[in-house]
Amino acid sequence: MYLSRRARMLLATLTFGTLGFIYVPLIVVAINSFNPSRSFSWPPQSLSTVWWGRLTESNGVLPAIATSIKVGLGATAIALVLGTCIAFAVSRYSFYGKNTLSLLVIFPIALPGIITGIALNTTFHTFLDPLNKELALWTVVVGHATFCIVVVYNNMLARLRRLGQSLEEASQDLGANIFQTFRFVTFPLVRSALVAGGLLAFALSFDEIVVTTFTAGPGTETLPQWIFNNLFRPNQAPIVNVVATLLIVVFIFPVWLSQHYSQDGSAGGRL
Amino acid sequence: MTIAIRLSKVAKSFGEVKAVDGVDLEIADGEFFAMLGPSGSGKTTVLRLIAGFELPDSGLIEIDGVDVSQTPPFNRDVNTVFQDYALFPHMTVLENVEYGLKVKKVGKAERAVRARKALQRVKLEGYEARKPAQLSGGQRQRVALARALVNEPKVLLLDEPLGALDLQLRHEMQVELKELQRDVGITFIFVTHDQEEALTMADRIAVFHAGNIVQMGTAREIYEQPNSEFVAGFVGISNLLHRDQKVISIRPEKIKLGQVGDRVYSGLVSSVMFLGALTRINVLIGDDTLTLLAENDGTQEFPTVGDQIEISWNSKYEFQVG
Repeated sequence: MYLSRRARMLLATLTFGTLGFIYVPLIVVAINSFNPSRSFSWPPQSLSTVWWGRLTESNGVLPAIATSIKVGLGATAIALVLGTCIAFAVSRYSFYGKNTLSLLVIFPIALPGIITGIALNTTFHTFLDPLNKELALWTVVVGHATFCIVVVYNNMLARLRRLGQSLEEASQDLGANIFQTFRFVTFPLVRSALVAGGLLAFALSFDEIVVTTFTAGPGTETLPQWIFNNLFRPNQAPIVNVVATLLIVVFIFPVWLSQHYSQDGSAGGRL
Repeated sequence: MTIAIRLSKVAKSFGEVKAVDGVDLEIADGEFFAMLGPSGSGKTTVLRLIAGFELPDSGLIEIDGVDVSQTPPFNRDVNTVFQDYALFPHMTVLENVEYGLKVKKVGKAERAVRARKALQRVKLEGYEARKPAQLSGGQRQRVALARALVNEPKVLLLDEPLGALDLQLRHEMQVELKELQRDVGITFIFVTHDQEEALTMADRIAVFHAGNIVQMGTAREIYEQPNSEFVAGFVGISNLLHRDQKVISIRPEKIKLGQVGDRVYSGLVSSVMFLGALTRINVLIGDDTLTLLAENDGTQEFPTVGDQIEISWNSKYEFQVG
């Protein structure tokens, strides 16, 4: 397509403007994590790793990270199993209410977290209170799984649709039973979609705060909750910058991985 | 003559659509059999019923005398060459060909030997380590053939085997498939919508229309004695002539210029088309247009458009189709 010089300049400006809009705040956080000033005076007078050193001694951040990882892994595991099963059912069989089912599965991702949160909170209390049980870690896992299923489902469905059934038919035709077909043909061909979906699901769970707030029991604090609670404490705020920087670095990797794996770009989701 | 495949009153519907409507069919051991018909005629469904990808609503399917009507595909002694080849993209050529032996627990050494032999048979040595994506369409088809033949099935099913190839390659493969079949002695059943393909390759042809077989016979029988207007029109160029409330079919190469045969008609030349070896001339007789193919052998003068000419044929070549 031909673009005039001015159009190209405009496009370049817009592109860099957009990228700057997204990434400048991240860079500021990263620099501030090395800013020894407690009030984050800008520009930093000097650079120091003083806050990084206090990361491990800091109160509650490591347990919070551990909690977030547990929740993320739990929700991802549930999402992988259920999302894959539904994707198989929808792509391989025709049955009454198939489109409705698909819509119902995808819906939670569009539903505001606050609604999901309130609904889950009410439901959990309704069923747990008579048993004298409280909200706990597993209630957060279940809460997160509701929207984690969506990304796994979407990834798998796209992959299964693109694969079609002829490879599985070919496998059966050559004498492989259903289990052999899954092991040698289906699974190797959907594995990358599973990985991509799982990574997205984990990332989604890891930064969730609204649903978490409504489903977490006393004593259960995920990392986003910890950050939210500590951001406005003068003593802890610098540590928040350090944690944020750490997470940016850690999270580039799985996002890159999932991009790499889901070439069809159908991943979707709010990362 | 032993029967490799027998279908009795096989029917299959998809929802409201009757895809296959009571097909009876017997295919002999070692036969090269074509199922010919337009899309939606039921030929592919019959192939899938034999392979076991679809189960019949009613009727009986026998392979080698054994009822397999409800047997899953992996327990049937047939193998399929798929239209899109359906090669496993994550496996090498050799792994693809070995697959059937591997799932049947044939030892590693033996299956490598047999797979290489199968690849040799389809003239694809040296490609063992490639992935399907690195092959051309023709090569992929050879892999698909080797992958099926390595299992030495009772019957090989081919779904539009040459459909995805270009014209040149298609003609080469027609000859090669025929030779291959003679060589391995396995019953080949192939589905095609291309009448030329069916006529050149098959020992016997079943013409499908609307979920049923309308005519079955050798290529020559189907071509020269079509039993209906549909078959006459679908196989070869159809020349239909209405005469005394009857419909007569006559093949274009049987019609001659001038009074040579015992059926003589006079008509108006409506088009003359030079085709290289042949010239195609359309002649209007009453309301019917007859096409004749005359050889460009230099022995005759061709008319021009608008000429009133006489054409003729031998009455033994004409067939009543309606």
